[in-house]
Amino acid sequence: MIEFKLPSLGAEMDEGTLLEWKVKPGDAVHKGDVVAVVDTSKSAIDVEIWQEGTVYDLVLEPHRKVPVGTVMARLLEPGETPEHAEAEKRRLLAKVGERESITTPTQAVTGAAAPAIAASRRRVSPAARVRAQDLGLDLADVAGTGPDAAVTIDDVERSAAARARGAASAPPGGGPATPPAGRPSPVPRPSPADRAVAMRSAIGAAMARSKREIPHYYLAADIPLARATRWLAARNEGRPVNERVLMAVPLLKAVALALRKFPELNGHHLDGAFAPGSGIHVGVAISLRQGGLIAPAIHDADALATDELMRRLVDLVARARALTLRSSEMTDATITVTNLGEQGVELVQGIIYPPQVALVGFGRVTERPWIDDGHVTAAPVVTASLAADHRVSDGHRGALFLNELGRLLQEPEQIDGSPA
Amino acid sequence: MTTARDDAALRQAVFETLSRIAPEVSPSELEPARPLRDQVDLDSMDWLNFLVGLHERLGVDIPEADYRKLATLDDLLGYLRRKVAA
Repeated sequence: MIEFKLPSLGAEMDEGTLLEWKVKPGDAVHKGDVVAVVDTSKSAIDVEIWQEGTVYDLVLEPHRKVPVGTVMARLLEPGETPEHAEAEKRRLLAKVGERESITTPTQAVTGAAAPAIAASRRRVSPAARVRAQDLGLDLADVAGTGPDAAVTIDDVERSAAARARGAASAPPGGGPATPPAGRPSPVPRPSPADRAVAMRSAIGAAMARSKREIPHYYLAADIPLARATRWLAARNEGRPVNERVLMAVPLLKAVALALRKFPELNGHHLDGAFAPGSGIHVGVAISLRQGGLIAPAIHDADALATDELMRRLVDLVARARALTLRSSEMTDATITVTNLGEQGVELVQGIIYPPQVALVGFGRVTERPWIDDGHVTAAPVVTASLAADHRVSDGHRGALFLNELGRLLQEPEQIDGSPA
Repeated sequence: MTTARDDAALRQAVFETLSRIAPEVSPSELEPARPLRDQVDLDSMDWLNFLVGLHERLGVDIPEADYRKLATLDDLLGYLRRKVAA
């Protein structure tokens, strides 16, 4: 039995709202399939699954906000039958019941709460408890038919249906009728204003954590882009507008390629240790028109040829702004690149997005005096910066990384292809 | 020869394409003789998408070398008028 749990879709996310299931019981799922749409404070995210199986039941109902780690669905593993699954379910249910009976005494407060405690002492499946809460049903009124009289979600539904029938058939004015059991009022999708507040607080939480936990060091270097600019102009000349490539692409590509030699800048710092990235997945900071920003990943950016990288970037920006990103894009970035030069600044001193360990910033490409071989010329120059985590790397290595980045950008035709 | 009606249609096409990229902009607030990118927050990706939109709508492909001629809305409208008429 596979339990599909709500994943954390970013450093600052601790809960999410299921908007929609993309699968139903009986559906076969494969690695990378989108199974649900979950709303976080930042965006609606297409949540992917990374296991093979067949959907058995959807535990979580849409429009419920739940903590990260909550079981959303259960799936049969390849070769598993529903009978296995039921046996497993009973075993788990029994375990939950035991745990609850142990923890209950500490929850006891006053006499007034006694009926609630009596109810919680009974074995109640987590799904049944949630459903009962939704329906405004007192668990004390629900007869359990599960193992050891545990209350299952079916019992809750049955009880609610019976109550609704009772209320409907009660003669007008006759007796205290319970309110009809309606569906839970859905959590509405956040308004743009709510979203802006939530996003600001999510960014604040992630950045506060970064500043609290990560000993940053900062470096910057000026990189001449005369060659890269000429190469790009020649490449774009004669191409229709939808096939042109932006300078952001060779910049991203050069970062990705340089990282191959500096694995200590590419990965995650988790539980007190550095875990190098399994690939070079470059998070691209994208500012949203309504405010805030999001930094989804382009996977294996070092292996993408220029045109493909451009396509991915266009697609990613469009989907970030339409708020239709995928969960892997939200969680897999092993470094972030921010391109604040678009707004005219020359230098970015970035804040690392945890649990990543580095951030590369690019300022505006400007014409500056540049001395080459004793001659002063006007050349397009960009200031590249690195913010990196001192727990994992030192300034010496960081400086070598920026040198390598500068070197790669002097050979734009060398970084054009898709090296293995 | 372009008529006043063609001109209004061109202007509308430009505004509609722009508002797809930058929905917060209201065309009446844009000063046609001031640089567009000073008035509207357009990064290079937005600008490219704007040009892709104009290309789809008007069939006009603006080469990269001409970008610098297109600072203001007046510049852009004049440029497009000539290209559409050509």
